[in-house]
Amino acid sequence: MYGLIWRALPGPAWFRALFLLALAAAVVLVCFEWVFPWASQYVPMNDNTVEV
Amino acid sequence: MSVMTAAPRHGVYRPRRRRGFVSGFVGFVGELLITAGVLLGLFVVWQLWWTDVQAEREHAQALAALDWPEPAPAEAGGGPAVAPRHTDDPPVLEEPADETVFGKLYVPRFGPGYVEPIAQGVDKERVLDRLGIGHYPETAMPGELGNFATAGHRTTYGRPYHLVADLQEGDPLVVRTEDTWYVYKVTEWKIVTPYQVEVVSPVPGIKPGEPLPELTERFMTMTACHPMYSAAERYIVHAVFDYWAPVSEGVPAELVDAGVDLEGA
Repeated sequence: MYGLIWRALPGPAWFRALFLLALAAAVVLVCFEWVFPWASQYVPMNDNTVEV
Repeated sequence: MSVMTAAPRHGVYRPRRRRGFVSGFVGFVGELLITAGVLLGLFVVWQLWWTDVQAEREHAQALAALDWPEPAPAEAGGGPAVAPRHTDDPPVLEEPADETVFGKLYVPRFGPGYVEPIAQGVDKERVLDRLGIGHYPETAMPGELGNFATAGHRTTYGRPYHLVADLQEGDPLVVRTEDTWYVYKVTEWKIVTPYQVEVVSPVPGIKPGEPLPELTERFMTMTACHPMYSAAERYIVHAVFDYWAPVSEGVPAELVDAGVDLEGA
């Protein structure tokens, strides 16, 4: 999978590496901002209220 | 002749062709699993670290936005005056709209720098994850007869009740609203299931449906998760009202004596 992406990218190795770093940063951002807050409702490790 | 042409052909084709489907598929699945592992690790980083970073910033903003009057300064100068104790009926705020920050909590036991906003409601996403401590709707307001019941995160999201299990009998819990201090003293703590709602009843311990005695006491209750990093149980702290004081008369002795940081109190 990653090999395919690497081969599919154009340009010299330093450019591909830079591009992939930027892609990884974008994935982390999307996860932190949207994916993880959504997923956390299914991981009730910090519920602190009492309710019926 | 045929032998001579076949030999180089073998040498060219075989290594790549044989790596073909099966090992390629296994490699692909392996990469997916590694990716999933990295993402799960990132989730832990987000939950245990980033939610704290974000919530602490929001709590600080919520506190800064209050713009409440300063407590009266001491006549001799150098810090605020020690407010005299009032033990008559305290002034009580109307219950505000959801998500409104209406109070601050000071707990000397949690350290001199400890102050957290108290907001209306216990909705996890809108109040507890963002604004700090939440006030159970329809429970008493600070100083009111009944039970001023609050919830706070013990881990993650700024964790205002992180040290809740350190509280000891007699420890002061000091609530400030815009114009009034309310001082409660810790009486007991216990561990309950998440369904034992009697801990937030107007008289702690009276279950829903049981007859409520006439209200004569002012309680405060803190609920937090227990054990830490689990939602299996709840850690409960009860406190009873001791006295109140107007902000215009100074600061409760409990805070002054503990050297609590009252910058922007």
